[in-house]
Amino acid sequence: MAEAAAIAARPVRAKLSRDDIIMRGAMVVLALFLLVAIVLPLYFMLSKSFETYTYRFESIEFQVNDGDGWGETLNALTLGQALGVVTPERMVTSNGGRFQASEFFPDFSFRSPRLYRIRNAQEDAGGFMVGGGPVFHTEWVEVTSNDFRRVQIRPALSTGVDNYIAYVNTPSLFFSVYNSLFIAVTTTVIVIGLAFFYAYALTRTCMPFKMLFRVIALIPILAPSLLPAISLVYLFGNQGIIRELLMGERIYGPIGIVIGSAFWTFPHALMILVTALSISDARLYEAAVALRTSKLRTFLTITLPGAKYGLISAIFVVFTLVITDFGVPKVIGGQYNVLATDIYKQVIGQQNFQMGAVVSVVLLLPAVVAFIVDRIVQRKQVALLSARAVPLQPKPNRRVDIGMGIYCGVVAVVIVGILGMAFWASLIKFWPYNMSLSLGNYNFDVMDGGGWEAYGNSIRMALYTAVFGTMIIFSGAYLVEKGRGFEFGRGVIQFLVILPLAVPGMVLGLAYIFFFNHPGNPLNFIYGSMAILVLCTITHFYTVSHLTAATALKQMDPEFEAVSASLKAPFYRTFARITVPVCLPAILDVSIYLFVNAMTTVSAVVFLYSTDTTLASVAVLNMDDAGDIAPAAAMAMMIVYTSAGVRLLHALLTRGLQRRTQAWRTR
Amino acid sequence: MTLKRLFAGAAAMAMAFVLAAPLCVRTASAATELTVYTAVEAEDLKRYAAAFNEDHPDIAIKWVRDSTGIITAKLLAEKNNPQADVIWGLAATSLLLMKGEGMLEPYAPKGLDKLNPKFRDKDNPPTWTGMDAWIASVCVNTVEAGKKNLPMPGSWMDLTKPVYKGHIVMPNPNSSGTGFLDVSSWLQLFKEDGGWDFMDKLHQNIAWYTHSGSKPCKQAAAGETPIGISFAFRGAKSKAAGAPLEIIVPKEGVGWDMEATAIVAGTSKLEAAKTLVDWTITKKANTLYNEGYAVVAYPGIAKPVEHFPPGIVDAMIDNDFLWAAQNRKRILAEWQKRYDSKSEAK
Repeated sequence: MAEAAAIAARPVRAKLSRDDIIMRGAMVVLALFLLVAIVLPLYFMLSKSFETYTYRFESIEFQVNDGDGWGETLNALTLGQALGVVTPERMVTSNGGRFQASEFFPDFSFRSPRLYRIRNAQEDAGGFMVGGGPVFHTEWVEVTSNDFRRVQIRPALSTGVDNYIAYVNTPSLFFSVYNSLFIAVTTTVIVIGLAFFYAYALTRTCMPFKMLFRVIALIPILAPSLLPAISLVYLFGNQGIIRELLMGERIYGPIGIVIGSAFWTFPHALMILVTALSISDARLYEAAVALRTSKLRTFLTITLPGAKYGLISAIFVVFTLVITDFGVPKVIGGQYNVLATDIYKQVIGQQNFQMGAVVSVVLLLPAVVAFIVDRIVQRKQVALLSARAVPLQPKPNRRVDIGMGIYCGVVAVVIVGILGMAFWASLIKFWPYNMSLSLGNYNFDVMDGGGWEAYGNSIRMALYTAVFGTMIIFSGAYLVEKGRGFEFGRGVIQFLVILPLAVPGMVLGLAYIFFFNHPGNPLNFIYGSMAILVLCTITHFYTVSHLTAATALKQMDPEFEAVSASLKAPFYRTFARITVPVCLPAILDVSIYLFVNAMTTVSAVVFLYSTDTTLASVAVLNMDDAGDIAPAAAMAMMIVYTSAGVRLLHALLTRGLQRRTQAWRTR
Repeated sequence: MTLKRLFAGAAAMAMAFVLAAPLCVRTASAATELTVYTAVEAEDLKRYAAAFNEDHPDIAIKWVRDSTGIITAKLLAEKNNPQADVIWGLAATSLLLMKGEGMLEPYAPKGLDKLNPKFRDKDNPPTWTGMDAWIASVCVNTVEAGKKNLPMPGSWMDLTKPVYKGHIVMPNPNSSGTGFLDVSSWLQLFKEDGGWDFMDKLHQNIAWYTHSGSKPCKQAAAGETPIGISFAFRGAKSKAAGAPLEIIVPKEGVGWDMEATAIVAGTSKLEAAKTLVDWTITKKANTLYNEGYAVVAYPGIAKPVEHFPPGIVDAMIDNDFLWAAQNRKRILAEWQKRYDSKSEAK
């Protein structure tokens, strides 16, 4: 009876079709992919930042022999506290911390004939060092006074917030927070100002050479962020060709970082602002003219508010890009420490992985805050363009057009100048003493950094990233946008795909070390291989690619799926026959975006490459680091040539494809 | 071309890359393959491996090369799951860090007694053996120094004179092994208090600290700075490339570190690793090291290296590596506190 009632009470549910089961299976696979690619690494990094090292003095024991036999056993903790050498602050240290054993004996002299004995009271408490090697067993170790000065107590692993306390209390580290914020805010203000008027000129005036200006402004996207920094050294360094322009100021430091960052973030801001300014309703401007509103007032009350959301988005994008960038400050930052270079110094220079993780968490905070604020603001955005809106057609205005043309010309000359400087410097034999031209700097095989092999690896890595990344990301976007039911799973994935945008490349790279190099990780084998570089790069650039794909998919009428389903066509056939061909331009956009970014990225992969998988962008960094700045410029230019070539190919391909597959768009 | 063919083409291309990738990595397959971590210059590695394979064709070497800091970080990161069998050509101070973590296998290679006793771990059996020394020097760009009327420095103390203000570049010891070698040598030369006192004064003249140890000399070679504190080998190379450089050996003495060799504890190829380490201390191997380095572990064979400053060997201080390794943490923290904070950043 009871059983029957239970069956009767079960709500009616649609039977799962084969399509649904496959789709859910695919969604689980995607969720697992994102779990491994981003969630678990971040979790491992967070737990690493709470790993601390503390001295376990209670488990260290001494005995002393002044020639009259061994004295009583002394416990280090009791002894140290009585002497005042062991204080709570001194108990905490970091990986590699050492405590001098002779500190427990104020009358210690290495010349004395006294003998010492030391032992561990328990085995797993950190141990101590004798003669440079660690001792973990619990037998007595006997040493002379002369050797006792070389006895040190080792810390044991524990957990706590001590790393964060140490971080805040180390001024040289903590100051980087101010420096990073200062650089990010200054650059954002400058770039947004410059890009806004540039975008305004492109969209709202009849200035000549618009196409040319647009193309030039997008060039920096093709270069690694290290390139502007290298150019600045040649332009404004101590042997720079126009160093007088700085009027005695030094390029190594905040000035250099701001100029370099502004160069490579400019196109990112510009693209967003051009989109924002392209959408406008001419009727508002007609009304303004009819009401005799002044030009300035029109600008302040119509143009600016209309572009508000684009502006906010651009501000956050630039801010995040600058604060998380590592290339520019590394090359031209001089003594000016920022968070991103601190992570590198902690990990590479001092092998202090725990502190590296702490700085990563600190770097994650502003990026996450910027990300959340941006999301909230975007949610409030309402459609500006109603169906009745009339697109604004800019009217010629000689004065404005010429003025804007000059302005854009100046910006374009600066961009081309910085790029051209790197191009020229890469061809100079020995700056500044032998200015003859040569291709010697392109002979990468005789220099540190990985040689031509690194360039080949970069191309391979970029191709894998483009091919596999596009497959994963587009299929993922399809599942999220076109999947039926399973709202919960789709919601989770929707959150997970947005997450990578908030994670700086360096933080992701470091998180990957902690996660994939963990000996217990079954995926350990991909550590040091090409696969981890590809995985990291796909993840790093996942969000923007996903949004591009999702936008394209949203434009497709859901009736395609409905019709297919009613014709009993499985969803994957619809996907292959209809969805993919229709979305081909977006698919190509995603793959080119992934390719170019894989070529230029440094921060995400700098901790992950191995000897077999050195990359061109990392080679630029390492050659500059070794002081081989001209070859570094040459390799950076190789990246630019490649990205530009691929872009060009993409443009041609898109045009051909558009004629073949997108004919339906034109009527 | 139809769409279908386009897709088929793309898929075939992707497949080709997937299949080609593993093929490219594995080509040589000798009886035993040793994974060897090293910080030796890329161009020297091929010669080293070729010379070794002349005597031992049955052992193939798979190099993993990077700068000292990165290789050290990599080894420490892999502490619980070592990937390397042998370390051949890494700073002794880095190897001492690994010894402190119990990561090295003690082994007395054949012919150990022939080596200069400075070039081995003091333990018996030793955990590492030295190859060659890598000596600090000061690179001075004569053209730029002339333009700025800078006198030629002769000693470390000279570098603290106000005339050099803003004209000296040195590596940051927190990221560069050469930088640490300089700092630890000053603390040994001038004793603890005198050393910090010297660095306080020197700091007033430093234009900037670099991340890497070779960069100061290369920047001096390019005229970016008139004076760079770096190492002799780098200076000699830049000079050979045509840079207007003078390589100065400060008269108080210069710090040095050595490139050394060790077996990684837990290797599954211990016999092959021992064979390799035996070979690395032979006369033949040391003759190879001598092509770039003026001082090698095997006594009596070193020939002078082109552009190396005379008298540099006598100027090498009696470096206490163990002291330097054991106090590394403390010294770096103190250095960072004094010179790496914002107040100094200009």
